[in-house]
Amino acid sequence: MAFQPRVGNASSTAGTQPGRASAVGYEAVRASRDFWTIQRRFGSFVRPACTLFIVWYFLFVIIAVFAPGFMRIDVFGDVNVGLCFGVLQFVSTFAIALGYRNWARRRLDPLSDRLRHRLEGGERQ
Amino acid sequence: MTGVAATSTPAPVVGTPALNFVIFAFFVVVTLAIAVNAAGRNRSTTDYYAGGRAFTGWQNGIAIGGDYLSAASFLGIAGIIAIYGYDGFLYSIGFLVGWLLVLMLISEPFRNTGRYTMADVLDLRLKAPPVRAAAAVSTLTVSLFYLLAQMAGAGALVSLLLGVSTAAGQDLVVAVVGILMLFYVLVGGMKGTTWVQIVKASILAAGAAVTTFWVLSKAGFSLSSLLHHAAASSAAGSKVLGPGLEYGVNTTTKLDFVSLALALVLGTAGLPHVLMRLYTVPNAREARRSVVWTIWLVGLFYLCTLVLGFGAMWLVGGNRILAAPGGGDSAVPLLADKLGGTLLFGIVAAVAFATILAVVAGLTITASASFAHDVYAGLMRNGNAEPADEIRVARITAVVIGFVAVVGGIAAKGIDVAFLVGLAFAIAASANLPSILYSLFWPRFTERGALWSIYGGLISAVGLIIFSPVLSGSSTALITDRHINFAFFPLNNPGIVAIPLAFFLGWLGTVTDRRSADPARYARMQVRALTGVGAERGART
Repeated sequence: MAFQPRVGNASSTAGTQPGRASAVGYEAVRASRDFWTIQRRFGSFVRPACTLFIVWYFLFVIIAVFAPGFMRIDVFGDVNVGLCFGVLQFVSTFAIALGYRNWARRRLDPLSDRLRHRLEGGERQ
Repeated sequence: MTGVAATSTPAPVVGTPALNFVIFAFFVVVTLAIAVNAAGRNRSTTDYYAGGRAFTGWQNGIAIGGDYLSAASFLGIAGIIAIYGYDGFLYSIGFLVGWLLVLMLISEPFRNTGRYTMADVLDLRLKAPPVRAAAAVSTLTVSLFYLLAQMAGAGALVSLLLGVSTAAGQDLVVAVVGILMLFYVLVGGMKGTTWVQIVKASILAAGAAVTTFWVLSKAGFSLSSLLHHAAASSAAGSKVLGPGLEYGVNTTTKLDFVSLALALVLGTAGLPHVLMRLYTVPNAREARRSVVWTIWLVGLFYLCTLVLGFGAMWLVGGNRILAAPGGGDSAVPLLADKLGGTLLFGIVAAVAFATILAVVAGLTITASASFAHDVYAGLMRNGNAEPADEIRVARITAVVIGFVAVVGGIAAKGIDVAFLVGLAFAIAASANLPSILYSLFWPRFTERGALWSIYGGLISAVGLIIFSPVLSGSSTALITDRHINFAFFPLNNPGIVAIPLAFFLGWLGTVTDRRSADPARYARMQVRALTGVGAERGART
C-alpha cells in the first residue's frame, strides 16, 4: 500500500474560496489543491494495486497453462502447489479489496466530502 | 468444452419428479410474492430502473453477487471441476479477481457519473448521440448473449429436475422460464428483482455452505483426503488435481485458455447487468461497499464450489455426471441427491432454477433499460421523454427480449453454460470496458475513439466467434454438418485478439481525430467521478 506523506496543507483551499467555487465551476475545483491531492492519492494506490493483481493473476495462469508440472508438485498430502497458488489468489483478492476499502475510507473520503460540500454549498447560495 | 453438452439419452430420473415439482413451485410462488410485495408502484424511471436508489451497500452487494452467481457459476464451474478437476478451479479464479477492477476503477466513478446505463457515463463525457447509440448496441448484444447462456442452461436443468427428457418438453420448460421471468420484470421492476436476487443469493450461499460442510465431513475435514478420494474415483487419476486436463491438450487449447482468462478478468467490469446495479444505491460510497460485499460472497462461494466439484467427482463419479441430462451442469444436483436424498436434491435444483429466473430477469431489465433509456428517450426523444412513456417502452422491450431469449435459448440448448458465459465476457471486455476506462481516465478521449473501440471490439469479438470452431468445423460445433467449415480462427474464445484490438482502436481513433476533446467536459467528469458533485441522488443520501 502506498502511504505518501501529505504534501503541503491538504486542507488549504489554494485559491478556491468556499462559496466561490460554483461561480468558476468544475475547472476551478479541478485546479484546487484538494482535488489535485485526491487525484494523486487515487492514482498512487490504484495504479500499483491494479498492476499487481493483474500481473499476479497472469503469472498464475501462465504457470498453470505452460508449466503444469510445477503445479503438480505436492505440498502436503494430495494438496499440490497449484491448489495453494489458487487459494492464494483468493486470499490476495480479499486482501486487496479490504485494503482498498480501508485506505479509501481514510485517505479519500474526507477530502472528497470537503470538496463536494464546498461546491454544493456554493450552488445553493 | 462443448463436449460436456447434454446428450439425448433418456433421463435417468433422480429424486421424485412430483416432490421436485412441489419444491420448485414453492420457490417460484415465494419469489413472485417477494417481487410483487417489494415492487411498490414503480412510477418513476428511477424506481423502475434503479429501485429508487434506495438499497444499502450490503443489500446491493448480495444482489450483485446473486446476479453474478448465475447457473454458470453454481452448476457450470462445479461441473467442470467434477469432470476435469483443477481446470474448473482456474475458471472460478478468473471470475473472482476481475472484481478488483470493478471495485477500484469502476464502481465509484461509474455511480457518480451516470444515471441508469453505461451510455449515460459515455454521454456525460462526450455528449455525442452516435456514442450513446453504440453503447446501447453493445449493451444489448452482451445482455442477449448472456441471456442465451442462461436460457440454454434452464432447459437442461429442468429436464433433470422434473424428469423431462423429450426435446419438446425441454422447449416448453424454456418458454415457461421466459414467461415467469417477464412476470418478475414487468411487475417487480428493479426493486422487486433485486429483492428476489437478495433472497435467492442468500439461500444459494447457505445451501452451498451446508453442502460443502457435508462433503468435508465425509472426508474427515481433510482437504487432502477429499482430493485423494476424488482422484481415486476419476478415470484420469491424479491428473485431475493439476491443470491441463481440459486445456493442456495442445498449444491451441493452451492459448485458448489464456484468451479465456483475459476475457474473465476484464469482462466482469464490462457486464451491463452488473454495472447497472451500481445505480441502485444512494451514492458512490455505498457502491464501493456493495462491491466489497460482492467480493466476499463470490469468493467464498467459489471456494465452496471447489469442494463441491471434487466432492461430486468422488461421490457421484464423472461418468454418471456426463451421462445425466445437462452433463457437467448436473454435478451439484446429483451430489445433493447422493448426500441428502430427494429432498436436498429438490431444494438444490429449485435454488438453481430460481437462480436462472432471477439472473434472466436482471439481464432483461438491463437490456430493456438500455433500449428505453438510451435509444427511445435519449436518441428518439432527445432526452425529453415522459417517464410514463419511457417505462412503457421499457416494458414492451422486455417482452420482446423475453421472446428472443426463449427462441434463442431453445436454439442454444445443450451448449455448455459456462462456455457460453465465457464468450459473453469476451464481448463485454472488448466492446464495453475500453470506452468506459478511457472516458473516465483519459483526458484526450474523443467521440471517434469511443465509436472505434465500441464497434471495433464488438465486431471483432462477435466476428471471431462466428469464424471459430464454436460455430463450424469441429466435432462440438453448432453446425453439425462437417462439410460446412468456415472456422479460420483457431480459438474458441476471442478475448486475446478482440480485447487488445478494442483498446488499440480506442487509442487510434482518438489520436487521429482532428477534433480534440473538450477539456471542460473532462474536468466536469473528473470532479464528478472523484467527489460525487452533481451525481444522481438516492432516496437516502
